[in-house]
Amino acid sequence: MSDRRVFHAIVPGPPRPGTIGKVRAWWGGWPIGQFAFLAACALLGWLFIQSVLETMARVGILPGFGFLTGSANFEIGESPIAFRAGDTYLRAILAGLLNTLKVSLLGCVLATILGVAVGIASLSRNLLLSGLVRWFIEITRNTPLLLQLFFWMSLAKALPAPRQASALFGTVFLTNRGIYTPALALEGGPLGLPAALALASLAGGVLVLALRFSRRLTRRTGVAAVVFTFAATLCLLFLSGARPVAEVPALAGFNIRGGLNLSPEFAALLTGLVVKFSALIAEIVRAGIQSVGTGQWEAARALGLHDGQIIRLVVLPQALRVITPLTTSSYLDLTKDSSLAVAIGFPDFVSIINTTANTTGQSMEALLILIGTFLAINLSLSALMNAYNNRVALRGSVR
Amino acid sequence: MTAATRTLTALRTGLLGSRANTLITVATLLLLYLVVPPLLRWAVLDATFTGDAGACSRDGACWAFVAAKLRFILFAFYPPDLQWRPSLVILLLAAILSASALPRFWGRPLLLAWPLTILACWLLMQGAFTSTPIPSNQWGGLPVTLFVWAVCFAAATPIAVLLALARRSTLGGLRTFSVLYIELMRGTPMVAILYVAMLILPMALPDGLSIDKMLRAIVMVTLFWAAYIAEVIRAGLQAIPNGQAEAATSLGLGYWKTQRLVILPQAFRVVIPGMVNLAIGFLLATSLLAVIGIFDLLNAARAAAADPKWLGFYNEAYIVVAVVYFVICFGASRYSQWLERRLAAGRRQAW
Repeated sequence: MSDRRVFHAIVPGPPRPGTIGKVRAWWGGWPIGQFAFLAACALLGWLFIQSVLETMARVGILPGFGFLTGSANFEIGESPIAFRAGDTYLRAILAGLLNTLKVSLLGCVLATILGVAVGIASLSRNLLLSGLVRWFIEITRNTPLLLQLFFWMSLAKALPAPRQASALFGTVFLTNRGIYTPALALEGGPLGLPAALALASLAGGVLVLALRFSRRLTRRTGVAAVVFTFAATLCLLFLSGARPVAEVPALAGFNIRGGLNLSPEFAALLTGLVVKFSALIAEIVRAGIQSVGTGQWEAARALGLHDGQIIRLVVLPQALRVITPLTTSSYLDLTKDSSLAVAIGFPDFVSIINTTANTTGQSMEALLILIGTFLAINLSLSALMNAYNNRVALRGSVR
Repeated sequence: MTAATRTLTALRTGLLGSRANTLITVATLLLLYLVVPPLLRWAVLDATFTGDAGACSRDGACWAFVAAKLRFILFAFYPPDLQWRPSLVILLLAAILSASALPRFWGRPLLLAWPLTILACWLLMQGAFTSTPIPSNQWGGLPVTLFVWAVCFAAATPIAVLLALARRSTLGGLRTFSVLYIELMRGTPMVAILYVAMLILPMALPDGLSIDKMLRAIVMVTLFWAAYIAEVIRAGLQAIPNGQAEAATSLGLGYWKTQRLVILPQAFRVVIPGMVNLAIGFLLATSLLAVIGIFDLLNAARAAAADPKWLGFYNEAYIVVAVVYFVICFGASRYSQWLERRLAAGRRQAW
């Protein structure tokens, strides 16, 4: 068969000189067919959009993002930034986005901690513990997340009312109005605690990056830089008159005041995400540790390393190569799955976008914002983790 | 050493092998002591097994609710006297799934049987050609969950094969299209995709034309899952050595024949366990259909507990649903492990 395409596919040969030659080599064989396919897709998309615009015109909705500055006449149950009915849609969507980021970030951190613990427990030589953990993993993995969220939600609603609630360890209240825990706050001084922490992290990050660029970043200088920035922040705060205060929740009238309050929806969503993803991360951790052969342990012992050193210097660096890419995709999944909040009434990004679409009728624009934002979060997170993955991946050898 | 003493020794070293081990055992037992008795009291000792809602106490589970509402949880609002149809759909789907699970049936007849079964299920649910057609907004429960899952997975796989081939081809335009499509879909939550099916698709259809909600959801979910399946298939394609394609070409096979006869059959062998795991994840994900108001298994169970006569037995309803999902998914994951071992053994023999 004298098919030039096939021949071309095996021996591409050097492209012709010039930009056009390079583009043609990249575009490859079957040029007109490809073009026709892409044109057909574009045409379909165009027809799709025309049709949507026509429908919008018929029901009297003006396409475009002008609605974002209109006033949103709904309340948001909880939000990191102040929001009242009547504020702009933009602010409402921002509040929802911050809620999503809050729950995803906390979820990733807690799921990692619990997941590593559960993963190590599942490798335990203790039959009872490893058996129990296996069942925990199987049950959480093989039931839908939405079902688990409903379950946690009904559990959160079934807790006693604030007046009847008994305090765990005297300070943590589990009630049907939410969970109350003690919180650390700053009194006096120019900044609140979250702002101070954010500032310190930012300064630390800049310092570490600066070290990196001047090629002086080692483990020791890195840790020193981070400790230094946090110590400096603390000193500055202390000098400016801020004093740390522990706020302990206490019963006042029919409600509990003081401390940190997690709403039932937030608590249920966070618990559901953490439990589900800890099981997934536990499986990844187990697979990662098991991927390091027993020969590695034996060789390390023969060199006279003790167990802690073996884990830190031999097993973990190798296991991390398996664990990192898989955990990354778990984090991305967790962020995407936090959108299930819409089913249990937590005002996350997706649920506010949904409300916006329903109240303004601009569902096309609202969904564009939704999909664009998630794409941005996903792509930036995976770029970050890929950079880290390149650092831990094997250098110079092909696997 | 007899089997009994061997088990005993294994148990002793496994539970009381060292001081730390004994400590762990005691701590775990303490945890079990705190959790298990109250659970047992709720589920068995204080539970009500017969009677109506009035007979149920608030301290124990109300299994009488499950007995009374099981039919509703499984079939939702499908007319009771016609429920043989969704039952038959479950049987048909179970039959084709079991046939697909056995390597001995893999082949062309099975590939032909899939679209036919799906068509038959659709006609059965709809009650086509009968005097009592049932619109899809009355479908519900387990048949809907299984049907949407099977249809979307079956329809997404061919699209996924094309996407995976395009992503690995030398054709720059198609490769770019495939990469953009896959990354777009994988970066978006499924809820957003369902909202597109719910809110945007009706607007995009020309005036006067409307497709029902179930079909819209099926179309969008198919396009969404295709991206995930494509990535798994791509991993399989990457696992096939280049020599295979080169050998096929030197025998005079064109691109499509090379892929169809040489590459894809080998790639599928590699990815089938991964596809089964993906399918398990998808079955769990079908529960999201509840968000756009389709009465799948989970949503039907919730609706059952919202019945004024049996108000508030949510936990019992959820447990029933959890058991159904668990049995299917746990079975499927065990099957996937078995298949992986079997295929690996086959490869060792062949190579």
